Amino acid sequence: MLKLYGKYFSIHLKSTMQYKGSFFATLIGSFLTSFTVFLGISFMFQRFHKVAEFSYEEVLLCYGIMLMGFSVAQMFASGFKVFDSMIANGEFDRILCRPRNEIFQVLAYRIDFIRVGMLLQGIVMLVYGLASCYVDWNFSRVITVIFMAVGGCVLFSALFLLDGSIAFFTLQGLEFMNVFTYGAIEHGKYPLSIYGKGMLTFCTFVIPYALVQYYPLTYVLGRSDNPLFIFLPLLACLFVVPCWIVWRIGVRRYKSTGS
Amino acid sequence: MKKYLAFFRLRFTMGLQYRAAALGGLVCQFFWGAMYILSMKAFYDTDPAAFPMTFPAAASYIWLQQALLTLVSMGGIDNEFFNVIQNGNVAYELCRPVDVYGMWFTRSAATRVANALLRCVPVLAVAALLPAPYGMAAPPDLPAFLLFLVSLTLALGVVTAIGMIVYMITFHTITPRGVRLIAVGICDFFSGNIVPLPFFPEGFRQFSELLPFSSTANVPIRIYTGDLAGREMVVLMLMQVFWIVALVGVGKLLEWKELKTVVVQGG
Repeated sequence: MLKLYGKYFSIHLKSTMQYKGSFFATLIGSFLTSFTVFLGISFMFQRFHKVAEFSYEEVLLCYGIMLMGFSVAQMFASGFKVFDSMIANGEFDRILCRPRNEIFQVLAYRIDFIRVGMLLQGIVMLVYGLASCYVDWNFSRVITVIFMAVGGCVLFSALFLLDGSIAFFTLQGLEFMNVFTYGAIEHGKYPLSIYGKGMLTFCTFVIPYALVQYYPLTYVLGRSDNPLFIFLPLLACLFVVPCWIVWRIGVRRYKSTGS
Repeated sequence: MKKYLAFFRLRFTMGLQYRAAALGGLVCQFFWGAMYILSMKAFYDTDPAAFPMTFPAAASYIWLQQALLTLVSMGGIDNEFFNVIQNGNVAYELCRPVDVYGMWFTRSAATRVANALLRCVPVLAVAALLPAPYGMAAPPDLPAFLLFLVSLTLALGVVTAIGMIVYMITFHTITPRGVRLIAVGICDFFSGNIVPLPFFPEGFRQFSELLPFSSTANVPIRIYTGDLAGREMVVLMLMQVFWIVALVGVGKLLEWKELKTVVVQGG
């Protein structure tokens, strides 16, 4: 399976590289999109110096980690973003005919390399945040940061999976699902506690953004020493399960659109 | 003039057909606005003295920005013309006995107006019902509201003219994705879509106000919230007029150059 994915990967890379000018223009555009958000944060902190109890460096650390997870998810799970068109044009019928898992094939259908621009931005902010944050680094804190990035990636991939699954029932992607993906990364640049108690509760129990962001972040920054917070991002990965169930139900009752 | 009015009306009624899409967009914009205001509130609570406007004005700013998103932001650009350039149907457009620039300009402006009409009324209605500091407030007085409408029309002209230049560049690159992303990124930032211009550091704000991008959403919304008045307002509105003239000029020049060497893609 991994070998096959490697083949798909190199095919996608080759086809992207056929249009180098377009690829680099899009890469710059993708970088610019997240870079302007970063500039916006800088401007706000030049004026206010901190938000709630978080400093500029801490917010950059938080945004950097989130952006890394998000951009990796966007790069590899982008097949689900175009899944409604795959149903509409009959591509999914072809997938069902092939002797491989459907999720695997959708993942292999599209790899969006331009997200590297966003990933780069995430890495730069993470490194800057790490260097300037006055965190007393030890093994458990490093592990926590890694868990946060991985958990964020899995959580966003699960949301893309859910977004795609909904197309089984509506035949067209629902724009409001963007709130949970693009909206979450846009507003997840600040630690979620600044949005108030109600929002934090929602982001803990309904869609577990806070489990990969706010709680482990307080552990990394030394605001909390609850060792449980290290493993919360892994708990958030369980969000894949309900999304996968929705997908299974969708596949089971799938009727071809006939085109 | 009559034919341009016909193009406008046609595109406008077509835009009104997509009601379900508008409803989805509406939910998005409402969430987006609410989260944005909550983050502004967090900054305000941290240091009220550093806040460059009153908090209710900031809330009005954000709601108005969400309501007018498809009207005066780069993201509302009409994707139809990108497809036309990419799949070769541009040949049909060139066959028509009208000037391409004028035709595309009116049609993309009509798309913006239709999309905005569907979306802005519900967003503004809900925002007006919200409790005091979070909701949408009334404009300072009637003249300010009328000036807001004038400036909004000018902003529509500026953003459509920028969009026309983006189309003309797409004639060159064929694939629109990169050009579109870059244009949206730059325009969103300098029009105060990410952080309102009054929050920019001094110096950088003055620099941004010289650019055509700030002549879009930035000016009318700030007139409405009462942040912009007097001499400064007049200067910025004159800048809007200047940019319409200049950008249409550049756009027409590019059109003339590109159409001389246009390649029809596909069949």
